[in-house]
Amino acid sequence: MYRLKNVTKRYDAKGRTVTALNDVTLEIPDGQLVAIQGPTGGGKSTLLQMLGALDRPTSGTVELGDASLGTLADSRLTGIRGTEIGFVFQGFNLIPTLTALENVETALVPLGVSADERRDRAARALESVGLGDRGDHRPAELSGGQQQRVAIARALVKEPNVLLADEPTGNLDEDTRDEIMDLLEGLWRDRGLTLVIVTHDSAVARRAQRRLHIKAGKVKELA
Amino acid sequence: MFGTYLRRELLGRRRQTIIIAIGMALAIALVIIVNSVATGVRDAQAQVLRSVYGVGTDITITRPVTPPSGTDQGGQGARGPRFDFGAGAGDASGDGSRTVHSSRLTVGFGTQTMAATSLTTVQKVHGVEAASAVLSLTNTTFDGTLPSFGSRQQGGAGATPAPSGGSDAKGGSSFDVDSFTVMGMTPGGRAVGPLSATTLAKGRTLAASDEGKHVAVLDSSYAKSKSIGVGDTLSIGGTDFTVVGTVSPTGSDSATASNVYIPLDVAQKLSSQTGKVSTIYVQAESASAVDSLKASLQKALPKATVATQADLAANVSGSLGSAGQLVSNLGTWLSVIVLAAAFLIAILFTISGVTRRTREFGTLKAIGWSNRRVVGQVAGESVLQGLVGGIAGIAIGLIGVLVVNVVSPTLTGGLSSGRGVAGSMAEGARRTFGGGTGQTGRFGGAFGGASSGARSAAATQVDLSAPVTAWVIALAVALAVLGGLLAGAIGGWRASRLRPAEALRSVQ
Repeated sequence: MYRLKNVTKRYDAKGRTVTALNDVTLEIPDGQLVAIQGPTGGGKSTLLQMLGALDRPTSGTVELGDASLGTLADSRLTGIRGTEIGFVFQGFNLIPTLTALENVETALVPLGVSADERRDRAARALESVGLGDRGDHRPAELSGGQQQRVAIARALVKEPNVLLADEPTGNLDEDTRDEIMDLLEGLWRDRGLTLVIVTHDSAVARRAQRRLHIKAGKVKELA
Repeated sequence: MFGTYLRRELLGRRRQTIIIAIGMALAIALVIIVNSVATGVRDAQAQVLRSVYGVGTDITITRPVTPPSGTDQGGQGARGPRFDFGAGAGDASGDGSRTVHSSRLTVGFGTQTMAATSLTTVQKVHGVEAASAVLSLTNTTFDGTLPSFGSRQQGGAGATPAPSGGSDAKGGSSFDVDSFTVMGMTPGGRAVGPLSATTLAKGRTLAASDEGKHVAVLDSSYAKSKSIGVGDTLSIGGTDFTVVGTVSPTGSDSATASNVYIPLDVAQKLSSQTGKVSTIYVQAESASAVDSLKASLQKALPKATVATQADLAANVSGSLGSAGQLVSNLGTWLSVIVLAAAFLIAILFTISGVTRRTREFGTLKAIGWSNRRVVGQVAGESVLQGLVGGIAGIAIGLIGVLVVNVVSPTLTGGLSSGRGVAGSMAEGARRTFGGGTGQTGRFGGAFGGASSGARSAAATQVDLSAPVTAWVIALAVALAVLGGLLAGAIGGWRASRLRPAEALRSVQ
């Protein structure tokens, strides 16, 4: 359960103060699939950073369960990101020198599990996204859709409660986009995740239970 | 994961790894080679000094040479020996020319003597373990044929007859000037001084009972070159000496400090230097107190030149001296510059690597990697790159040192002979290095020149070997790790400042 109360985020950019989020109050119940849409520079990424404990609000509070993400120490935030929140990025963000399996394993490193268990769990996660036979491939040897599947496996291998996806289909063609959305939707349904997807794509947004539109730092519910 | 990630990064980004490693390798190799050669040169210098001043000598005391003046003081100091022949000197031969022969034992050119009581003064100085005094002399023998100038006067009126006789039967002259070095030393005293660097080859060494006797110990290679054996006689300053033994150098030098060693009192008497010595050799009680002892000795003997081994090393001349300077100046600076360049390359590449991998590290932080883990990864990569370079550098360095040792350049080393401190050292140098076989000068036809017969430059030859010590290898590894740590610390610091939100940076 996310609770955002009067969240404002300002940046100083080249001497000008930019208000990326302007007094946003918002609740996202557990298990909801939410799509966030809006124009570029409207505050989508900033909102995702607040939800992902990647940055702190200038004012207001962001709570995930009992944790207040705006006031916790950096090390606690790192811990929450390592256990509670999975990320999927537009550019996949895989480590190019590591194999698919090793990329998935990186998500288990902060959890301190044994090397054997890490490998087993990573292999199972790859299987669950349909890439059980591609564990020893480098990202460059995989297609865009396959790379995003590896990234999804990496996000979910630690069994988080929340999955945050930043334009997960932005770099993919339409067929692959649908495949990835099917996969995410299936995982959301099976695992009872809270899934927040930032997207430009209305076709993607239409699959969500709830659609938010953010423009000039203000959030608006779409019917 | 740390190891896997490390391995994958270093192998996956091979170009960067290789560039950093090559830079580091060259620097480390240079450090090893320069260090080893420097050690080799130092060894060679020590060897040269040891042959002159003996093992265990910490300080030498001499009198500085005063500029030449009209009258000769304290021996032949600034002038060589002079041979005067009267009109009737020598033996007349059939064609009217005369054969002359003279032998002089004099204080060597460039040597100044001091009172033998200086030794007592030195021995009383606090911190002196042992001291001995020697008198360095040169024996010069003149053998020659002079033409018959007398025939001109006897010719009377009319045409002046051409000179006759001499070496070319037309009035020319021929001289042999043979000189060898003689050192007067206290018999029985071998603890400190030139003979401490020698071993007895044949016969016996000078004993305390030899005082006042005409006995001599010869340098073995000089004895060999002159075919003189134990029991033979040798003329020194016109007096016959019995050769009682020969000594050879302990090191790899070709010769000992002097050609001939005789009792000090005899040397003083024959050279008319009664109560005089030329050099005092001092051994300090403690090696760490040499500098303070030098000051005390200088105070006790204000007119004398007091020189430590370090002072003397600075006076080693010849290609050995040049090599010493080259290694200590150019070599050291080159090492420092190349090392700095290698460190800079490693640091810049690491920083650019971190900048390029901004999204990668941001992602790792976003998925829960702690700052410490990310910094450790960056530092680990740098240290490993440094180590790879260091190991390659050790290999290259060892090959370089091997090449130096195989080529084994021969360096020529002597002690420079200038004025002041250097000048006072000159006598030792000449004794030693000129002494191998003695010098023979032959002057056909011309007059004069005899006084410079014993002045040829002299040097010892040392084959340079560059030893590799465990210390140098440890230094190389330490430098490689240091370079890696430096690059890793700076790169890690950059990585630690990356915000996890960088993961969301849009793809370019």
